Amino acid sequence: MCRLFALTSRDPVSPMLAIKALDVMKEGHDGSGMGLLLQDLGGPFEEMKEAPILSGIFSEEGIRRLDLFMMDLGFLTKYKISLKVPKKPVEGIPRRDLYLIRAYELPEDWDNLSKDDMAVRLSDIRLKIREMGEEKKDMMVFSFWPDTIMIKEIGDPLLLAGYLGLDRKELKARIIMAQGRQNTNYAIDLYACHPFFIKGYTTMTNGENTAFIPIRDFLTSRGIAAYTGYQSDSEVFAHILHYSLVELGLGIDGYKHVITPLQERDLAVHPNAGFLSHLKRTCRSLIIDGPNCVIGTLPDHSLFMVQDRKKLRPGVVGGKPGLYGFSSEICGLDAVIPDRDKSRDIQPMHLDTAIVGPDRQEVTICRQTEALNLPL
Amino acid sequence: MSSNRSLEPSALSLNDLPWQVKFSNDRCTLCGQCTAVCPVKAIELGVFRKRTLKPSIRRQADQGVAQDVFYGIRQKTDVAHACIGCAMCTLVCPNDAIHPEKNPGLDRMKFHINQQGVPRRRGGRRNAAGSILDRIKFTRISMLTDPALDAGRHEFEMRTLLGRVLSPRENMKRLKEKGWIPPVREIYPLIIGGMSFGALSPTMWEGLQMGVAYLNEEMGMPVRMCTGEGGCPPRLLRSRFLKYVILQIASGYFGWDEIIHAIPHMKEDPCAIEIKYGQGAKPGDGGLLMWHKVNKLIAAIRGVPAGVSLPSPPTHQTQYSIEESVAKMILSMSMAWGFRVPVYPKISASSTSLAVLNNLTRNDYASGLAIDGEDGGTGAAYTVSMDHMGHPIASCIRDNYLNLIKIGKQNEIPIFAGGGIGKNGNLAANAAALIMLGASGVQIGKYVMQAAAGCVGTEEDRCNVCNVGICPKGITSQDPRLYRRLDPEDVAERVVDLFVSFDTELKKIVAPLGRSTSLPIGMSDALGIDDVAAAQRLSIKYVV
Repeated sequence: MCRLFALTSRDPVSPMLAIKALDVMKEGHDGSGMGLLLQDLGGPFEEMKEAPILSGIFSEEGIRRLDLFMMDLGFLTKYKISLKVPKKPVEGIPRRDLYLIRAYELPEDWDNLSKDDMAVRLSDIRLKIREMGEEKKDMMVFSFWPDTIMIKEIGDPLLLAGYLGLDRKELKARIIMAQGRQNTNYAIDLYACHPFFIKGYTTMTNGENTAFIPIRDFLTSRGIAAYTGYQSDSEVFAHILHYSLVELGLGIDGYKHVITPLQERDLAVHPNAGFLSHLKRTCRSLIIDGPNCVIGTLPDHSLFMVQDRKKLRPGVVGGKPGLYGFSSEICGLDAVIPDRDKSRDIQPMHLDTAIVGPDRQEVTICRQTEALNLPL
Repeated sequence: MSSNRSLEPSALSLNDLPWQVKFSNDRCTLCGQCTAVCPVKAIELGVFRKRTLKPSIRRQADQGVAQDVFYGIRQKTDVAHACIGCAMCTLVCPNDAIHPEKNPGLDRMKFHINQQGVPRRRGGRRNAAGSILDRIKFTRISMLTDPALDAGRHEFEMRTLLGRVLSPRENMKRLKEKGWIPPVREIYPLIIGGMSFGALSPTMWEGLQMGVAYLNEEMGMPVRMCTGEGGCPPRLLRSRFLKYVILQIASGYFGWDEIIHAIPHMKEDPCAIEIKYGQGAKPGDGGLLMWHKVNKLIAAIRGVPAGVSLPSPPTHQTQYSIEESVAKMILSMSMAWGFRVPVYPKISASSTSLAVLNNLTRNDYASGLAIDGEDGGTGAAYTVSMDHMGHPIASCIRDNYLNLIKIGKQNEIPIFAGGGIGKNGNLAANAAALIMLGASGVQIGKYVMQAAAGCVGTEEDRCNVCNVGICPKGITSQDPRLYRRLDPEDVAERVVDLFVSFDTELKKIVAPLGRSTSLPIGMSDALGIDDVAAAQRLSIKYVV
């Protein structure tokens, strides 16, 4: 089962904090890969919140192709960090040329675009780059979105952090999500590393999603170009989140009703019973049938955690105003925020969605049995 | 027959018959029960003469010939009275002195059975024991990443939807605009398929209905049963149990007069309306209730004279094309119940099933599609239809489901599979395989008759006389002397046993696959088969 750690902090912090948590939870992951998401960035990126940032792994040839492609589209580089790696290879980590984090100036003709149009275009460009790199594996892109950096690599998290030099001052963020992978059901692929990101929505998951194939079939047939990839059975969680919130207009309290709807007897006495039974029926093929713990972020920088109803060992949310951690194991949280009031830790159970809003002041719990904000 | 007379072309010997009655003279007490019970009068009391030679070493004395007469059972060899292997004789024999045996060679009766220019019509099944469904294995078992579910103790929601499910966005839009949303029923995925009152005996039908009512009201399992063509007893139409019933309208419209007249008196809406266009056992043919079974009661319910054969036309003759038919009939039926009842067609599996499905996808009032595969059973069909026509259900369901995925409507039109599910007794495994290939649920008919009433038919052309009303178990007969053999209470009890054990087996399949809160519809990654061609055809894994 993968190990997950996420934090949301008032002040930008180094990703090493989350990686430290992964290392403490090491017993639970096999070190076959790590994914890292940094959002609400600090450091040099603080000044360019609107600029889309491209993150990925490129070969020398790939980067030349990328430059030509981006210039053709009218993007100009605004700022970049190139993670140069030591010449000496490290066991278990593949040899790559360049880890790129590059912020772009938007093309002039994009100025009048609506937010939605811009989201579609940015996502299309990411998909195009990914497609261009598929054949020779010379361009592997993880995200292309403002204020967002993603790093993924095969290997042990702590080794990787040292190898990539993640402990640098330019890399600081207020939201950090990290995952150490254990036994993916599919091939060990770079793209199978969490977190998964789509248009500002991110999730990472532990557990096995046994309903993966019908969910994938549902999502890919929605006619939305970005619903693609699926090297991991967990990638669908991010897309379901996007589908629920953007396509269906639900709030975050509705997400859990989509992936783990209430059972008949609870549904019958729910204040929104009518609406929810419609939701359950129409979104029947998005039911995840975990067991899973899902940690995710929303575009407004809220962080949340939900559990599948079968989950036997829930994750934990705890912290103090200004700094909250979401962890799949308590020891991870203890390592990062040892001075919190542990009596206020929350382990969301099968009906709960634990949310820390963008103000990072408290943990709110949405219970599935409570009335929800209807999009009607 | 003397040895120098010419033989008739159709003169058959015992060895030419598909079933031979083996009889032991030593044990027989000549009680006559076997000859009395035989539904086709294949056996009769026989007088046998035996000549015994008595040789002796002495010249004259003691030498001689003795003539002896003894009584026993003689099997008739004419086609009309050929043994059907039902073994009722064995069942009633107090001394185990008699039993039918399958002729291991090629039975020559096949060449003679179409006498007087009438090809054989039989009830029953296709007589092909092989089943691709039985070869499918469930290969995706969760063991390492998470604890597997406990089939015995975990909560399971094994429900499926019958009815048009709108896309989430469209449904949301109509909720907002307070528009019409098609009716949807949440039902158990194993449905008792259409077997009409008329085809089945009153005791069998009553037993099934009682079993279904018990399952719903006492066991909390929303099991549904389809009536088949031929109407529904008026008392049931006006009762609260109607909600467990799917009313079928077929091309003969038999019994619909009664149903329409009962609409104003209905306390409950029926679960759904099934419009039958085709049946897997006789694709392209209408139903046929032969005159033997049309007694006064059946005639009254169907609104026809007694004692005449009741063929339904191959298609609904009032309509010009399947497109028109599908659209018009679905709309009329929906309208009759104020758009509160799901209406769906049932067709035979064929390479044109897709055409019907494509048609339905564009019709908001279409609530699903039932597809009946070649192994479906029937009350009466020509042998050639049953043995040589039709399409296997597995690949038909798969084609249809994959097509729905292509247009993004896989959750919107439920497909129900029927025809040969559990034909070798593996009901839960066959049903689960079809669900994972894309069916929302399955329909069974033959299996219920076998499991709940002891139908003796097998895939070896055993019995198969359902059409002529001489069912030895009283399941498909309208003759009170026969159907009194069947106690409806016993049938009801067996129906409940059958569903509850199916439920346990289904859970035993889905639990290790990690599924408990939704039916694994389309979970094809869990399936494997040891045949490259089949794996490729069904888009599932090839495993050896």
